Amino acid sequence: MAVEKFDCIVVGAGVAGTATAYLLAKAGINTLLIERGDYPGSKNVMGGVLYRHPTEEIIPGFWREAPLERPVVEQRLWILDQDSAVTLGYKGKHFGREPYNNFTVLRAKFDRWFAKQAVEAGALLITETVVEDLLYEGNKVVGVRTGRADGDVRADVVVLAEGVNSMLTQKAGLQHDGLNTAQLAVAVKEVIALPKEKIEDRFNLEPNEGATIELVGESTQGMVGTGFIYTNKDSISIGCGALLSQVVRNRWNPNELLERLKNHPVVKPLLEGGETKEYAGHLIPEGGYNAIPKLYRDGLLVVGDAAMLVNGIHREGSNMAMMSGKYAAETVIHARERGDFSSATLSLYEKKLKDSFILKDLQKYQNASAFFETNDHLFTLYPKLANFVAREFTTVDNVPKKEKQRKIMEGVTAKRSKFQLAKDFYRLWRVMG
Amino acid sequence: MKSLEDKLFLNRYQADKHSHLKIKDREVCKYCETRPCTYICPAKVYAWNDKDEIIETAYEGCVECGTCRYGCAHDNIDWRNPRGGFGIAYKYG
Repeated sequence: MAVEKFDCIVVGAGVAGTATAYLLAKAGINTLLIERGDYPGSKNVMGGVLYRHPTEEIIPGFWREAPLERPVVEQRLWILDQDSAVTLGYKGKHFGREPYNNFTVLRAKFDRWFAKQAVEAGALLITETVVEDLLYEGNKVVGVRTGRADGDVRADVVVLAEGVNSMLTQKAGLQHDGLNTAQLAVAVKEVIALPKEKIEDRFNLEPNEGATIELVGESTQGMVGTGFIYTNKDSISIGCGALLSQVVRNRWNPNELLERLKNHPVVKPLLEGGETKEYAGHLIPEGGYNAIPKLYRDGLLVVGDAAMLVNGIHREGSNMAMMSGKYAAETVIHARERGDFSSATLSLYEKKLKDSFILKDLQKYQNASAFFETNDHLFTLYPKLANFVAREFTTVDNVPKKEKQRKIMEGVTAKRSKFQLAKDFYRLWRVMG
Repeated sequence: MKSLEDKLFLNRYQADKHSHLKIKDREVCKYCETRPCTYICPAKVYAWNDKDEIIETAYEGCVECGTCRYGCAHDNIDWRNPRGGFGIAYKYG
């Protein structure tokens, strides 16, 4: 390495780390971005929705250059039972035009491009390098120990963007008890190649428009979690994930869950004739507000998944990763101006997160994760009831409507009393409202 | 339908000679009642060998999610990142 000391070292070239490195490099700060994979994105997986707004705060007009799949014009929700689905959704043709709302992406392609922008802005990117530990002077973090020979590199400040397997964050004592299985979801995904025209036909799209479908209920065999189907340019991403605690308890293998979803009678026709190109697995940090680690110490900041910044209810994570990277970069710039990288100065990062939607949203849903985990009938019984109600409602069978409504009500209350239903909705409103 | 083995075969790996995951104490697995590692792993890296009474690990197919690390009830898996440049390399991600 040409330089032994950098102003800032960023560990991990996912969207959080790369956003940080890009903004620092643009501000003329000597930044080293370390990635353990062959190339940025080679270890990174997400369902595949990237939001325009936060990304544009980093790189204005990025969509003109970035390797994106399709702008999303329709977002659907399917509540699945064994061979049926209650479907909801919103389609906005304006989402297919600038400035767009969100895009489907494949991370190995997007992250590679994004990191290239950081390099062009002046950051030094080193790949195929694992950071094994942090270097300390007293209580202060002063650099990293990599897996390379003579692999110590020093910096005024280190930003951990190491992702959900936040081993360094835990080692640095910021996440005292580590993580538990109720704070993580295990998700798997396949990328299935399909010709453009087939995708557009099956999803009712114009050329280059995209759609997303989130699936609850049967898609995770009633476990707390969701499935998803996203349209890429000439492939479909399909996957599902559930809380690890429930996967352990119910003895499921994630791949078997996905195979079941692919073969669901309502899903299967969408995939017909497609060819699987890749199979991926990943953890999602679902612990929410109460599982956020301490976000800084002397000479250290934590961003993105490593900081548990994911809102599972709204399918948001990459946006929080982007924005946390931005706030971390602003904090480092501020600390550098003051020549002080102590935790007192770096606490500005937490203040910025608190003032933003990130901690406000996560705080709003702070009890949701635990609520769903302990009330899993919401994911088993309720999808079934929704399908029962819809089936009765749409079946024309010479039964007078009044009698039919009574039958529906009886069918529902046989499974869950009116009092229990009211209690569920009240408690749901309490954690979601 | 593709088997899991077929699917893992589609993935691109740079396999290291050394495993990045180790069972810390083999005795613990013997008395582990449920052995979640044998079913929760998306790549089915872990399998119970009845004859030798050990967990066998096919680390070459690991997708590096870390599920085993947290899912093992006895915290008995020493899971690290593979060495730089080794392990899975997603083309799509």
